[in-house]
Amino acid sequence: MNSIPAPTIEYGTLAPLLVVFAAAVIGVLVEAFAPRYLRKAIHVPLTLLSLLGAFALVLVQVLRGRVSTTASAMGAVAVDGPALFIWGVILVLSFVCVLLINDEGHFVASAAAVPGSADEEEAESMSGGVGHTEVYPLVLFAVGGMLLFPASHDLLTMFVALEVMSLPLYLLCGLARRRRLLSQEASMKYFLLGAFSSAFFLYGTAMVYGYAGTVSLPGINQALAVGASLDPLLMIGLALLGVGLLFKIGAAPFQAWKPDVYQGAPTPITALMASGTLVAAVGAVLRVFWVGLGNLDWNWRPVIWVVAALTMVVGSVLAITQTEIKRMLAYSSIAHAGFLLVGVMATFATPEQNAVSLKAVLFYLAVYGFTTVGAFAIVTLVRDPGGEAGHLSRWAGLGKRAPVLAGVFAFFLLAFAGIPLTSGFFGKYAVFAAALNSGTQPGDSMGGWMAGLVVVGVVASAVAAFFYVRVIVLMFFSEPAADGPAIAVPTAGTVAVIALALLVTVGVGLYPESVLGVADDAASSLFIR
Amino acid sequence: MESEIAQITQHTGGVIGNAWLMIAFPLLGAFILLVFNRLTDRWGHLLGVAMSLASFVVAVLAFFELIGLGEAERRRAVHLYEFIPNLDINMGLLIDPLSISFALLITGVGSLIHIYSIGYMAHDEHRRRFFAYLNLFVAAMLLLVLADNYVGLFIGWEGVGLASYLLIGFWQFKPSAAVAAKKAFVVNRVGDLGLLVGMFVIFTTYQTLSFAELKPIEVENGTTLAIGLLLLLGACGKSAQLPLQSWLLDAMEGPTPVSALIHAATMVTAGVYLVVRSGAYFFPEGSGAALAVAIVGAATLLAGAIIGCAKDDIKKGLAGSTMSQIGYMMLGAGLGPAGYAFAIGHLITHGFFKADLFLGAGSVMHGMNDEVNMRKYGGLRKYMPLTFWTFFIGYLAIIGFPLLSGYFTKDGIIETAIEHNQVLGWLAVLGAGITGFYMSRMVFMTFFGQKRWAEDAHPHESPTVMTVPLIVLSIGAIFLGGYLVLSNRLLLFLAPAVGRPEELPTFHFVSVPGITTLALVAVGAGYAWVRYAQAEVPVVQPRGSFVTTFARRDLYGDALNESLLMRPGQWLTRIAVFFDNRGVDGLVNGLAAGIGGSSGRLRRIQTGFARTYALSIFIGAALLTGALLLVGTI
Repeated sequence: MNSIPAPTIEYGTLAPLLVVFAAAVIGVLVEAFAPRYLRKAIHVPLTLLSLLGAFALVLVQVLRGRVSTTASAMGAVAVDGPALFIWGVILVLSFVCVLLINDEGHFVASAAAVPGSADEEEAESMSGGVGHTEVYPLVLFAVGGMLLFPASHDLLTMFVALEVMSLPLYLLCGLARRRRLLSQEASMKYFLLGAFSSAFFLYGTAMVYGYAGTVSLPGINQALAVGASLDPLLMIGLALLGVGLLFKIGAAPFQAWKPDVYQGAPTPITALMASGTLVAAVGAVLRVFWVGLGNLDWNWRPVIWVVAALTMVVGSVLAITQTEIKRMLAYSSIAHAGFLLVGVMATFATPEQNAVSLKAVLFYLAVYGFTTVGAFAIVTLVRDPGGEAGHLSRWAGLGKRAPVLAGVFAFFLLAFAGIPLTSGFFGKYAVFAAALNSGTQPGDSMGGWMAGLVVVGVVASAVAAFFYVRVIVLMFFSEPAADGPAIAVPTAGTVAVIALALLVTVGVGLYPESVLGVADDAASSLFIR
Repeated sequence: MESEIAQITQHTGGVIGNAWLMIAFPLLGAFILLVFNRLTDRWGHLLGVAMSLASFVVAVLAFFELIGLGEAERRRAVHLYEFIPNLDINMGLLIDPLSISFALLITGVGSLIHIYSIGYMAHDEHRRRFFAYLNLFVAAMLLLVLADNYVGLFIGWEGVGLASYLLIGFWQFKPSAAVAAKKAFVVNRVGDLGLLVGMFVIFTTYQTLSFAELKPIEVENGTTLAIGLLLLLGACGKSAQLPLQSWLLDAMEGPTPVSALIHAATMVTAGVYLVVRSGAYFFPEGSGAALAVAIVGAATLLAGAIIGCAKDDIKKGLAGSTMSQIGYMMLGAGLGPAGYAFAIGHLITHGFFKADLFLGAGSVMHGMNDEVNMRKYGGLRKYMPLTFWTFFIGYLAIIGFPLLSGYFTKDGIIETAIEHNQVLGWLAVLGAGITGFYMSRMVFMTFFGQKRWAEDAHPHESPTVMTVPLIVLSIGAIFLGGYLVLSNRLLLFLAPAVGRPEELPTFHFVSVPGITTLALVAVGAGYAWVRYAQAEVPVVQPRGSFVTTFARRDLYGDALNESLLMRPGQWLTRIAVFFDNRGVDGLVNGLAAGIGGSSGRLRRIQTGFARTYALSIFIGAALLTGALLLVGTI
């Protein structure tokens, strides 16, 4: 009889991942055994320290030059340069989001209670305004999933990561304390559509396995190199895999969930989704297309070209008529997903060009994530009696009532628009330049079409600039309403979040080399194939 | 053919090697005065004078170092720094007889006018700013004449334009001054465009803009003719020659020292410098370009003289005279190396006697409550004797009274012109006669005849700080011409830089053109004596014949500009605005409305129903699959 070989696990390499998951498990135990009044006091340091610890472990690997060059855990996980960079970014962003989550009043005390019922009131009075403390372990699980998602080296691990990441988020979306029906609706929609798209992903995995006989990404790529690449089984599998991944980054035509979910979810969770999830999902897209389907780029790149163009246009155009600040930011996030896809498109020419393009995408992810978190942090501060002042008309004249806050928000908006001297400018510039360059490489499958995509991107940016600037005009050149929203006094955590986001946005805008250099180091080793 | 100009050689060390100090001093002065602003109010004017004098000292030392060199080695280039490395354009200075002559004039007369201004601007609360601009002007003008390439020249050219603009509009609270400054700037743009395009053509043709690397030509071709005409356009703008003359008369709105320094002695002669400096390269003797220069000069000298006859404003009369005298210089500059020497000679002597006249006029105004209308002067010689005598010497010099400066240099131009071109030459003789009339008219109306003063006028002599420069300038107006022209001193000195004529001219004290000129001047002066010294001068301007009106209106120069340039320009802008509103804006607004509209329509797809979203995902998946299968089969 064959004995089952004991799996080898590189604990050192995987340590950041394990720390986060371990902390999440401890968090569940805390929920089970610690008294209610102690839970938050335990959760906050536990969560923050575990994220910090994981980040430190990532740093140790990078600084000691111990970036692994082979896949870990029996070929299930690849902790390579780009993965470590993405891990670092996700860990910092989620740390920052946890600071936002700490603020009182974002989360409901009893999500299961009917809104407005006596049960709800009772739970509210019992919790003392703290709300569900399950939020912390849920966030840790989601972050763990986000870490694993872009580092998965085979499709099954990736699917598991996808679910580990998504399931806590579905729940978290439904926990908003204000506008609970909207929140529950968002949670429900996200769950249904997420499950739907996960099914596509799983079905695609099965199809590709049917073609290649393996779920390992490099294995698939090798099968592509030798097999008949026009097999319908492969094509259908590829398309269904794409649906699952593109859904997560919110590319058109799979973007419909984003505005509804972003609007309904508690704003700190929106910030986490708009930054961490997007980073993780783009990382996964890069890995699947680059490691698993690199030999098939002639087939899938034209399709992604259309998706990228459509995403940029849909995001920018639809954002124009939005009247709700979080919905507007959701559409902005869709447009940015499109810009990121432009960068993804650029990573398939020559090896040197790939490193440059990969660097551009990584850089974009890092700087965009910070600006996004900063913007949502400010959204949490502008409040009406019934919660956050979502409608844009309520933001009129904010520049006169709270000039610093409005000024910082305006700066973030300019960074989204990609105005020079902000980090957003260099992000966009890097991605577009990489796309233009890749199109001129000999043997590139897209050639001049890359330039066309950049043109679409620039036009979309111009359209997008309109709605960003419109908010600035509204804030600074309109008379404030008499009963305008109150500006909440920010807690130290929120101030730190906004300050950090501003620092990165300004600092990288003035001195892009700081982050570009790190991204360059990460990208130069490319993904493990 | 004339002998070639001397080679330009590199120079290091000595005063010449540090000639950049000449520019640096006044530039530093302007910088300090403008940056430290009010802090320097109390001593700013002294700093301005000191900087100008320092520059003058450097110029004198450089001059003596230059004449200590052998004749063939008197063209020294000083490399400063790489300016535009991509185009291989370096910034450097060229110290040669031509440029050092200008530098001496600019810093010498400039310093005198700086000193004079201490008194003239004593009661102006912005005197410090005035000196800052004057220093800026001196620095820019020195860069213009000292640069060893057209790029440096152009920077100086624009710099003096800026200083001129700032100084004409110095009293910008007067709308007339603000308008005059703008007019000067706009008209100069036309000329500057000519210079700039000329430089472009030079660079594309020869791949260089350095005087050292350009080669002198013997015969002109189409390209050099085009370059010559473009440079002439630039010269016309800066030197107020036809057809770009209209700004100079209005420029008299500036303070009088400005009129003396910039709009008489130095800046307006930059056009003459440009033509003489480019002479060997683009205006060879007998070429079409040179003839064009001479024609422009002759036409302007007559036009300026005619305008001068009809002006009652003493400064505008002098401005007309300046136009006319620069016309003489241009005429000389169109006549080859023999003419160059007389043109530069006349330029230098004119710098002295015209500055003398302007400062004298300023002195009169100073004593007459800033009245400029000569019809309200009269009989002033007893009340301001020093001003009268210095003004009178300047007057004698400009009309060419024998043995004074103007006599030698103007007569030199006239005689050379007659040798080259009878028509232009005799027109210049006629112009000299008219000069005799209008300058006599000015002197008689101001200093002789009846008192026609305003009631509150109390004429008095100006302070010493103003009269001393007048005395120094009038000494120059007496002796300088003879010194420069007799024994061809200036011609031989300039020869290494501008070339030497085949035959050295000898100055004839008695010649047909000379005698004719003197006779005509005497007739003009006599007629003026009868009309303006003997007869009663009406205080209110009489209507006058149509010729007088023609002259009073500056020969309808403004009307011509207005109908030929301004109105078509206005129509052009109106059409452009119309097109912008209807066409461009329409397109842009339409586009924006289109995007907004499609946004509104697309928005309806976002129904809020999870089933719709799921359907869109399903359709998307189907499309993706279809597309991939399709791409696979292609």
